[in-house]
Amino acid sequence: MKFGIMVSEGPYTHQASDSAYLFAQAALEKGHEIQRVFFYHDGVNNSTRMTEPPQDDRNIVTRWSKLAEEHSIDLVVCVAAAMRRGINDENLAPGFRISGLGQLVESGIQADRLMVFGD
Amino acid sequence: MLHIVNKSPFENTTLASCLRVVGKGGDNALLLIEDGVYAITKNSDAGKAVHAVMGGVKVYALMPDVEARGMQDRVLEGVTMVDYAGFVDLVIEHNNVQSWL
Amino acid sequence: MSEVAGDFDDEDGSGTIKKFMFVNRKAPYGTVYALEGLEVVLITAAFDQDVSMVFMDDGVYQLVKGQNTKAIAMKNFSPTYRALDGYDIEKLYVERDSLEMRGLSESDLLVPVEVLSSAEMQVLMNDQDVVIAF
Repeated sequence: MKFGIMVSEGPYTHQASDSAYLFAQAALEKGHEIQRVFFYHDGVNNSTRMTEPPQDDRNIVTRWSKLAEEHSIDLVVCVAAAMRRGINDENLAPGFRISGLGQLVESGIQADRLMVFGD
Repeated sequence: MLHIVNKSPFENTTLASCLRVVGKGGDNALLLIEDGVYAITKNSDAGKAVHAVMGGVKVYALMPDVEARGMQDRVLEGVTMVDYAGFVDLVIEHNNVQSWL
Repeated sequence: MSEVAGDFDDEDGSGTIKKFMFVNRKAPYGTVYALEGLEVVLITAAFDQDVSMVFMDDGVYQLVKGQNTKAIAMKNFSPTYRALDGYDIEKLYVERDSLEMRGLSESDLLVPVEVLSSAEMQVLMNDQDVVIAF
């Protein structure tokens, strides 16, 4: 099955990005496809390579980058939400790209299920 | 429809609103994740509200979130525990899904 | 809205029309969800999808008449709800219990809506393909 995922909250403050990541990982392990992960609202903050958590904590940003690289997952950051929050191509982590809200709608159309993780 | 609630019922009305809708019949299941898992605590007010809809609604909880919060021995009877793989299966088994944010 | 809809090159060309429901359960201004949610709704309509909007819980406050944001220096986006029918977004649903609990009635709202019981809401939700909550 083809899943689309939307992440609506930033890393660390809310569990949303963690839950979305673990869901994506479980779906991939079962042989399903993650068609796209779309980051919206404060969720765009999951995409900055400036993130530096302490050594003993998970790195939410690089974890997404790695998953995208290993499974060719399209990680899309909403341009309007990103610009509001100071995220741009200069500070974007590997594997992420900035695009429009149309990418979320397209995900809803093309995926068999669109999963929303937020607060 | 699979309904997902991720909020504690003690600080937020999301669970109450979800139950108001799913308690009215239809083919619905409820999955509690994140702080939503506090809703299935035995002998709690929220647990009673969840229990009240269990005749018509199948109730699941995400075990990793239950365990993380130390609530695994306090779970209401009749709730089915799932891991992330089970979460994925639930989404597939239902025609549509709604996260009650 | 001025938002860039993004690269449409790989737009699904099959003409698929899905039922998209946007569930608004949060008040405006206190958080950004209502405003940014509205942007998604407008883009979805531009993709010619079957769009419904639901207002439940504090989401009903988004539709209250008389919003004036001048003194908080934020954009009053409530007129956008009145412009929705220009985007062919005509299915606006409000849950009756949510209104009543807040001491509101249909006449307090700035657009015509269909008021549904929670039982009717249950049926409507089950009929959707994609449900996005803000």
